[in-house]
Amino acid sequence: MTTVQTATEPYNLPDERGHFGPYGGVFVAETLMEPIEELRLAYQRYMQDEEFVAELDRDLQHYVGRPSPIYHAERLSRHFGGAQIFLKREDLNHTGAHKVNNTIGQALLAKRMGKTRIIAETGAGQHGVATATVAARLGLECVVYMGEVDVARQAPNVLRMRLLGATVVPVTSGSKTLKDALNEAMRDWVTNVDNTFYIIGTVAGPHPYPAMVRDFQAVIGRESREQMMAQTGRLPDALVACVGGGSNAIGLFYPFIGDTAVKMVGVEAAGDGIETGRHSAPLSAGRPGVLHGNRTYLIEDDDGEIIETHSISAGLDYPGVGPEHAWLKDSGRAQYVSITDTEAMEGFHTLTRMEGIIPALESSHAVAYAMKLAPTLSKDQQILINLSGRGDKDINTIAVREGISL
Amino acid sequence: MSRLTAKFAALKKAQRTALIPFITAGDPDPEFTVPALHALVKAGADIIEVGVPFSDPMADGPVIQRASERALSHKMSLRRTLDLVKRFRQDDQDTPVVIMGYLNPIEAMGYEAFVDEAAKSGVDGVLTVDMPPEESSDLLSLFERAGIDPIFLLAPNSTEHRIRKMGELGRGYLYYVALKGVTGAGHLDLADVDRKVRQIRELTDLPLAVGFGVKNAETARAIGTLADGVVVGSALVSKIEAAAGHSAQALTEIADLIASMRGALDAPDSNAV
Repeated sequence: MTTVQTATEPYNLPDERGHFGPYGGVFVAETLMEPIEELRLAYQRYMQDEEFVAELDRDLQHYVGRPSPIYHAERLSRHFGGAQIFLKREDLNHTGAHKVNNTIGQALLAKRMGKTRIIAETGAGQHGVATATVAARLGLECVVYMGEVDVARQAPNVLRMRLLGATVVPVTSGSKTLKDALNEAMRDWVTNVDNTFYIIGTVAGPHPYPAMVRDFQAVIGRESREQMMAQTGRLPDALVACVGGGSNAIGLFYPFIGDTAVKMVGVEAAGDGIETGRHSAPLSAGRPGVLHGNRTYLIEDDDGEIIETHSISAGLDYPGVGPEHAWLKDSGRAQYVSITDTEAMEGFHTLTRMEGIIPALESSHAVAYAMKLAPTLSKDQQILINLSGRGDKDINTIAVREGISL
Repeated sequence: MSRLTAKFAALKKAQRTALIPFITAGDPDPEFTVPALHALVKAGADIIEVGVPFSDPMADGPVIQRASERALSHKMSLRRTLDLVKRFRQDDQDTPVVIMGYLNPIEAMGYEAFVDEAAKSGVDGVLTVDMPPEESSDLLSLFERAGIDPIFLLAPNSTEHRIRKMGELGRGYLYYVALKGVTGAGHLDLADVDRKVRQIRELTDLPLAVGFGVKNAETARAIGTLADGVVVGSALVSKIEAAAGHSAQALTEIADLIASMRGALDAPDSNAV
C-alpha cells in the first residue's frame, strides 16, 4: 500500500501527463492530441488568472446560488441512533445538481479559448441540462449526445435541454447508453475540433479532464470544510458520496485528502446485486483497463470488451470510473462500497419521509450507505453526505418501479 | 529487415504504391475472414490491415462500428483475430499483416501474452488507435524484442514535434489520417493532403501510407501520387455489409474494388483514370 499523503509529501496528483499512479493519462487518437494539449494549456493558464477565477466565483454565487447549505438532518440522525448526519445540499443548486459547478467553469474556458460550439454527453440528462443551461446563457451552440435508451427513460430532461436551445442527438450504437454517448461525442469532437469545446461531465476522459473537472467541483469540499468547522467546530468523521464517474465524490473528497482522520467512502451502484453481474460498480467488481481516454477500473469481459452496466440510476450507469478514484482505492485513502437498487430506494424513501428532502436516485445510494454506517458510530460522531442532486427528475422511474400510474 | 520494411523497399524499387486494404476480423462472420484476406492479396493488395473488433470504437465512423458489432455478435476477440491471422499465414508467408484496434483488448490479454501470441501468429505490425507514443513505452520495448513494427497515426493537426517523435518511434510505415474525423467520413482535400505529406516527408524517412476517405479507384490514384501507400477501409467494409451475408458475392465485390484500385495505381499515365 502506498500512502497518498504524509506530512512532508503533499498530495499533488496528477503528474504533468495526467497520471494518478498507474491510472489516468491520455489515451486518444492522434487527431485529439493537439486540441487536448491546447485545452491543458488554457486550463493551466486560466486557473491562475485572477479575472477568470473572479468571474467563476461570481457566477457560482449569483447564478448557481453558492454556497450551498449544510443541513443537520436531526430527525434522520435520531432515527438511526448513531452518528449525526449532515447533508451538503448540492440539490439546491441551479438546475438541481452539482453538475453545473463544472459546466460553468468549462463554458467560461470555452469562451476564453474562442470556441463557438459546445458538445456534451449525458446519461440521466443532468449534465446535459447543466451544459445546455450555460450554453444558453453564453450564447453558444450546444449539441448533447444521449443514448437512445436514456432518451426514452429521461424524457423530461430531454425536453428541458431542447427548451434551452440544445440539439439532443439520440445515440443508437453499442448499448445505446452513457458510454456510447461519450463515444459519439468523441467522434463529433474529432470531426469539429477547430470550433468545438467538449464539456465532459465527470472526472473521466483524457487528461486534463479528470483534474479539471475535479478542480471545478472541489468548491463542494472547500465549502464543506468551512461550514462544518463553523457549524460544529470540527471536521466530519466520514464523507459519503455516490460514485458513477465520480465527480461529486471527488469534489467533496479532494479538499479533505490531507485530513487523514476524515474517512472517505464512495458508494457505487450494485444494481441487482454484484453477484448477479447486473451492476455498475467497477471499483468493487471490475479490473483496470483503458477506455475513454484514461486507464482506470472497468467492467469488461475476459476479452476486454466493455459490458453493459445496470443501475436504477441512469447517472451511475457507466462501466468506468474517474482515474483518481482508482488511485484513491488502491492507495487505501478512500474506501469504496456498493448499494443495490433496492437499498437505494429505501434510502430515497427514508430521507424523503423523515426530512422532506427528495434526493436524486444517484444521491440515494450515498444516503442508503450512510444509513448503514450511522448506527455503527457514536452520537458525537459526524457523517457528511453529499446530496448531489434532487429527485424530481426520477419520479417517472420510481412510479414505474413501484407500479404507480401518473 | 521486417516484412513491412522489405515490402516497402521492394515497392519503392519497382516504383509502385502500396495498396493496403482494411477489413474487420470476423465480419460478417469468422469464416469469411481468411478467404477474404487471400482474395484481397490475389486482387492486388500489398499489405493487409486486419481490424480487431471493439465494443467502443471511438475513432470509427458508422460503417466500421457496425462491422465491429457484427463481428462481436460472433464472439470475435483479439485472441480469435490472432488465430485468423495464423490461419492466413499457413498459405501466405509473404504479405505483411498489420492488426489495427484499440488498446483495451490488449490490456485485458496482457502485454506480454499479446506480443508473444501476435509474433507466433505471424503479425508484422500493430496499430493501436488510442495509444499515443507518450503512453506506449512498455509495449514498444516488447514489440522491438519480438520484431513487431509499431505503426503510428499522424493527423492533419500533428505538430512538427510530434511528427518527428513518431518518425523516431514508428517502424514499418506511418499512417497519415488524411482528414479530421472518423473512419469513412467526408471528402479529401487533395491540396491539404499534399501540403501535409510534404511536411511529414521533410521530417521523417519512414514510408507514409494515407487513409481515411479513400473511396474508389480515382481517390486511390490521386492519393497514390502523393504517398507510398494507400489504405482503403470503409469502402471495402461497406461492400461486405451490402452483401448481407452472401459470402461469395462479398468476396467478388471486395476483390473487384481492390483490383480496380490496383489498376488505377499502376496505370502508367496519370491522366489515364
